[in-house]
Amino acid sequence: MNHTVMQILLAGVVVLPLIGALAALLPAPPGLKGRNPDQAVLRHGVTVTGVVLAASIALAAGFDHGAPARMQAQTDIGWISALGIRIHLGIDGISLPLVVLTALLTFLCALYSYFKMPAGPSPKAFVALILVLESGTLATFAVLDLMLFFLAFEMVLIPMYFLINRWGGENRQYAAWKFILYTLLGSVVMLLGLLLIGLKSGTFDMVALATDNGPKSQLSHTVQLVAVLAIGIGLAVKAPMWPLHSWLPDAHTAAPTVGSVLLAGVLLKMGTYGFVRIALPIAPDGMHTFAPYLAAFAAVGIVYGSLACLALARRGAKGDLKRLIAYSSVGHMGFVLLGIASMTPTGINGALFANIAHGLITGLLFFLVGALKDRYGTTDLDRLAGRTGAALYGRAPRFGGLLAFAAIASLGLPGLAGFWGEMLAMFGAFKPADGLSRPAFLTFMALAGLGTLLTAAYLLVVVRRVCMGSKETAEQDALAATAHEGATAGVTPGPAGATTAATAPTAVKEKAPAIPDIAPYEYVAWTPLAALTVLAGLWPAALLGLTDPAVQNLLGGGS
Amino acid sequence: MLTVLAASAGSAAAGGTATPAAGGVTSLVQSVDWLAIAPPTLAAVFALIVLVADLFLSERRKPLLGWLSVVGLVLAGLSLLPLLKGDRTTFCLTAHPEVCSYEADHFAIVVQLLVLGGALLTALLSVNPVKDEKLPGGEFWFLLLSSAAGAALLPASRDLATLVIALEVASLPAFALVGIRRGDRLSSEAALKFFLSSVTATAVMLLGVSFVYAATGSLHLAQVAEALTHPDPQLDVLAKAGVALTLVGFAFKTAAAPFHFWVPDTYVGAPLPVAAYLSVVGKAVGFSGLIVVTVKAFPSYSEVWGPVLAVLAALTMTVGNVAALRQRPDRAHSAVRLLAWSSVGQAGYLLVPIASAAYSDDAAHAIGSTVAYALMYAAVNLGAFAVAALVARTHPGNRIADYRGLYAAHPVYALALGFFLLCLAGLPPGIIGLFAKVTVFSAAVDAGLAWLAVVMAVNVVIALYYYLQWTAVLFRAPEGAPEGEARPARPRIPAPLATAVGLTALVGIALSGAPQLVLRFASGALL
Repeated sequence: MNHTVMQILLAGVVVLPLIGALAALLPAPPGLKGRNPDQAVLRHGVTVTGVVLAASIALAAGFDHGAPARMQAQTDIGWISALGIRIHLGIDGISLPLVVLTALLTFLCALYSYFKMPAGPSPKAFVALILVLESGTLATFAVLDLMLFFLAFEMVLIPMYFLINRWGGENRQYAAWKFILYTLLGSVVMLLGLLLIGLKSGTFDMVALATDNGPKSQLSHTVQLVAVLAIGIGLAVKAPMWPLHSWLPDAHTAAPTVGSVLLAGVLLKMGTYGFVRIALPIAPDGMHTFAPYLAAFAAVGIVYGSLACLALARRGAKGDLKRLIAYSSVGHMGFVLLGIASMTPTGINGALFANIAHGLITGLLFFLVGALKDRYGTTDLDRLAGRTGAALYGRAPRFGGLLAFAAIASLGLPGLAGFWGEMLAMFGAFKPADGLSRPAFLTFMALAGLGTLLTAAYLLVVVRRVCMGSKETAEQDALAATAHEGATAGVTPGPAGATTAATAPTAVKEKAPAIPDIAPYEYVAWTPLAALTVLAGLWPAALLGLTDPAVQNLLGGGS
Repeated sequence: MLTVLAASAGSAAAGGTATPAAGGVTSLVQSVDWLAIAPPTLAAVFALIVLVADLFLSERRKPLLGWLSVVGLVLAGLSLLPLLKGDRTTFCLTAHPEVCSYEADHFAIVVQLLVLGGALLTALLSVNPVKDEKLPGGEFWFLLLSSAAGAALLPASRDLATLVIALEVASLPAFALVGIRRGDRLSSEAALKFFLSSVTATAVMLLGVSFVYAATGSLHLAQVAEALTHPDPQLDVLAKAGVALTLVGFAFKTAAAPFHFWVPDTYVGAPLPVAAYLSVVGKAVGFSGLIVVTVKAFPSYSEVWGPVLAVLAALTMTVGNVAALRQRPDRAHSAVRLLAWSSVGQAGYLLVPIASAAYSDDAAHAIGSTVAYALMYAAVNLGAFAVAALVARTHPGNRIADYRGLYAAHPVYALALGFFLLCLAGLPPGIIGLFAKVTVFSAAVDAGLAWLAVVMAVNVVIALYYYLQWTAVLFRAPEGAPEGEARPARPRIPAPLATAVGLTALVGIALSGAPQLVLRFASGALL
């Protein structure tokens, strides 16, 4: 495709959501008013994200797949000459999949919200915030200037804060604060690292900095160490790396469904992307020194995440399903970080693959759990499962099936997307880059292997407790629960106890409330994710073919 | 009042009278470039016109005085246009024509623009309160304009006597402004507190100036700088003490910790526009004075003032932000209190590049960061005060809790305030706030002051907490009304207030789109 067209497409992908966000705040023009203002603005959100998705797919189609290592669709305009900041956009094989993933997930979220708007204040602000969020994440993956990267990195904070704070569930204020304060503290430290690189080398341009004999030859070993440490902290908070992860479970538990999907599917990727795009090529010496520590933290994170999930999945632990998936994200992102820390093409390709796979699978899981919450009113695993299990297979077979599918994909079953990334990351750790301690990395690999076993264990426990079980017992439990809730709502405790006793026998005869199976709009929102999970699992070369040349280029210093 | 007048009138002549006689042969009469001194002079002239006009105007016509002052400030601002080249000097020594008392260089012009713009916005904010609160119009406008004249004179002053006089011309009317609400206990108490602490600082500074004079034998900054490069070993201690004490006076004006304690009570006691004025123009006076003294007069003593300023900066931002964090939203005047404390915190950021100038070989670059940050801060802080003035019309208590539901009542103003607060916090969409902080950070990193950069990073996070908390309040549903209910009837918003909010928002948004407009000062070429 024509270079100018590509440039316009890429710029449009970043700018369109911003314009859309502004437009969402204005009253709808005549002819687009819809049934009511709320519907009109939600439809506006679907339209804008749809156009952005179309543009990103066009971008992928026009991308020169023969040369994925080359930056394509580049735009380079001066912006703030005082600081040497340029508006430099471009995509290569590393960023293209992430751009498409972001556009896809945001579109699906907008579509899902059109039918199922989360409870909270007006949809107008909701749509505007989602669009700003989309613009910020797409910009993060598309910009090639360190300062712009920082700007884009920060741009997602405010929208996500408000999404959690205004449309979230329990404890949302606390969770929103924790999210923004952690991330901001990380990103100001990152800013110092980026400034250090920029000031010592004289440029903020990522492409120029990544070349071997380019400006980065000005960076001494000490500068690289300090820069990687500072930048690494910022990215590690976002990724999140154990022990900086503690904002994540709270944020996920409180966030509305689409918030969780975007947080897990897109926002976490900004951290790992930063490692690959900035830390690895620009400060390889510093990265080399810190790689074993990063790998150690990653390995601990994998085991810690799965142990936390196991504890939550236990009977009687009052584990929250959303929280469980959040902890599983800590484990999955641990694989990504381990792959990056190995500093080998295999490991990094695996990391990038696992990035995308995690976005697809965990996005789907959060959608499903959100829908489960809408159906049951709770995500508390004990209340869901009752005595024998929630019996989703029996009560809503398709829904249960899809949930089991997502869980199995998440545990890394060969043939699905989750498998390749984690396997390649472990391969990378098996034979890390020259100069990195092999025994240490073998230990980390063993730990990661243990993590996969634990992951399989807790996901299977979840599937057993949510999808399986006796249908009759589950229905009885559901009825008893509703009756009990009705009883506790009574004013005086004495008679209330009596009513429970009285209604309990009759309850068996009553019909338990039906659990609706997958609705058509849910099919539309979820099928693409499930299909891509299968596709990526069966045909990993499609993705690896894109990332591998670009990764070789980054590691080799490129040109 | 008379002293103020005398000081104001004397300011223009100060350069001449303070100059030590240089040789008996050459003429002692200095030539005056009236165009160069037009900005402060016009403000002073209009101050006198307003004072005289007050005598002849009937009660009904008093509001005209306000508009007259606005016109005066606009004219003073326009008089900067011919000076843009930044090469004019005047009140030069006849024997040494390169040693001047007044230099309209780029730095001076930019700060004068900031001061006059800040005063103009203050004037717009004041038009209604002066009328509604029955403040004495003639005096109010006279005091405001004279203070602005002093503040505009200061950045161009190049000798210590003119500097001190300019500082006093800027400060003395401010005391009276703070206490202008007659019969208000809070107001007079605030004025007294402000006055006493300020006078002490001035006395200390005068002592410092006299030490410096004793050690160098000159008041002209250029000659002081020259003499300090090879000080008499016997006088070295004296010179050092002089440098340190001189800084105190300006540190007080910038409200740097530990000279900040007057700020919250003064801001709360003063009429709101005056508080806005102090937070922006008052600070501009302080930091421009600091820059002039440190970089122009004492560059060779950077090992004295560099660490002092760095510690002051760290202390100031921490004290200000932590105190702002502790403000309870339902306490009376909490909004103004929060702005007061946050302005202390912001003063800390302003000091960072000045401190960095001591460590870097490129002082102009570092100073430019302060100027760029100050311009951003002036616009958005005045904007925040403008919206606060708007809310104060319906909620005189001005608690942060009163801002709840502002979005439902006045969506545009709520969005504007949200934007201003995020600019102050330095987060997108306040892009200019973000990049202004980036320049300050880069000045610190460039100078190798890593610890200061880290302290500032922590402070940025603390500050975010309270700014964002306030922003979040704006968008909550009004108390008692469920979310999404119909809007209550809007009270009419006076045009000057709307203009002030509009102007500041326009500046903020324009700068966010093209940060280069102010950030170019950070690339040097100011001094």
